[in-house]
Amino acid sequence: MHVVYPLVVSALLFSIGVYGVLARRNAILVLMSVELMLNAVNLNLVVFDVWLRDRLHGGQVLTLFVIVIAAAEVGLGLAIVLSVFRNRRTIDVDRLRDLSERDLMSPTTAGPPGSGPSGPPTPPDAGPAAPGPRPAPSGSGSAGALDPSEAG
Amino acid sequence: MTSQVPDLWPPSAQEVVFLLLGVVALGSALLVVTTRQLVHAALWLVVCFGALAGGYLVLTAEFVAWVQVLIYVGAIVVLLLFGIMLTRAPIGRSAGLDSGNRVTAATVAVGTAAVLVTVVVQGFATAYTPLEPGGGAAATLGASIFRSWVLPFEALSVLLLAALIGAIVLSRTDIRPANPAADAGGPAAPTTPPHPPDPAPPPADGSGATAGETGSGRVSRDGG
Repeated sequence: MHVVYPLVVSALLFSIGVYGVLARRNAILVLMSVELMLNAVNLNLVVFDVWLRDRLHGGQVLTLFVIVIAAAEVGLGLAIVLSVFRNRRTIDVDRLRDLSERDLMSPTTAGPPGSGPSGPPTPPDAGPAAPGPRPAPSGSGSAGALDPSEAG
Repeated sequence: MTSQVPDLWPPSAQEVVFLLLGVVALGSALLVVTTRQLVHAALWLVVCFGALAGGYLVLTAEFVAWVQVLIYVGAIVVLLLFGIMLTRAPIGRSAGLDSGNRVTAATVAVGTAAVLVTVVVQGFATAYTPLEPGGGAAATLGASIFRSWVLPFEALSVLLLAALIGAIVLSRTDIRPANPAADAGGPAAPTTPPHPPDPAPPPADGSGATAGETGSGRVSRDGG
């Protein structure tokens, strides 16, 4: 068996996985594409193990480990996807833009742009004015001002 | 590796079988990333993994092939199908599965494929090994795991347990922080939203004992 054939199959499979991760919008399809990439890596490991005739069978053992880690990754990934779906009613990765820099200015706070993302270093002198710039939904102003000093 | 290497192009029977399985795997993988029906993508994933398991069998890695069939086809694809059903995905043909940057993605993928295939073909053009059965049997692989690789194996069991507990904590909805704690404790109220798995709202003197009891009970229920 020439080693080139499985390696070329593995490289093409990895590229297909890359296309799927970049082009798909549904989060579950993105997870499927990640599985394709992991399978390409597994094929590489098995081929190199067979080629090098490893006495410890490191390649195949590592393939088994990668399979187990992939199972754990899919379990956790689906739990996160279901949690996102429960909160947002969508799993389109194009629409989950809470961490995007571009959308930060427009929707919520236009007044204090510097103190928006950095919550904890608020000045403690302004007690009742504290819930104004804080984006977190805190119950009372004094508790929200006391909390960072209490935690940190 | 060996002294006389047979030519690359007239492939042997094993290579023909492997290439056919590889073509099946690549075609079904391409359908996974291009189909417009979500459930069909999961089913084509089964075909792809099955063809890869056949490829492992040709490469004399029998145990890896059966583990691939058991875990990937039996567990992961079923888990993905559960995810598809639980997110109320459209069963039929749906148009919104592809993002807007398909051209960029295709460019990146073709570039990756070109680079990888070029490097691999130039690096391993003369690498050849005759296939001998028995290298990937369950006996040899099990002896290797439980003699040489037993420490990563145990670490992996801890990782699986952590992933199991994490998935349970993430997907259960009844272990959120209780809402009456917001009006009971004044300064501790805003700290509760970032810690959803914290199940102990009672006062500070008995909180450690109750947390320990609930933790041990959950662990024993998982183990049994």
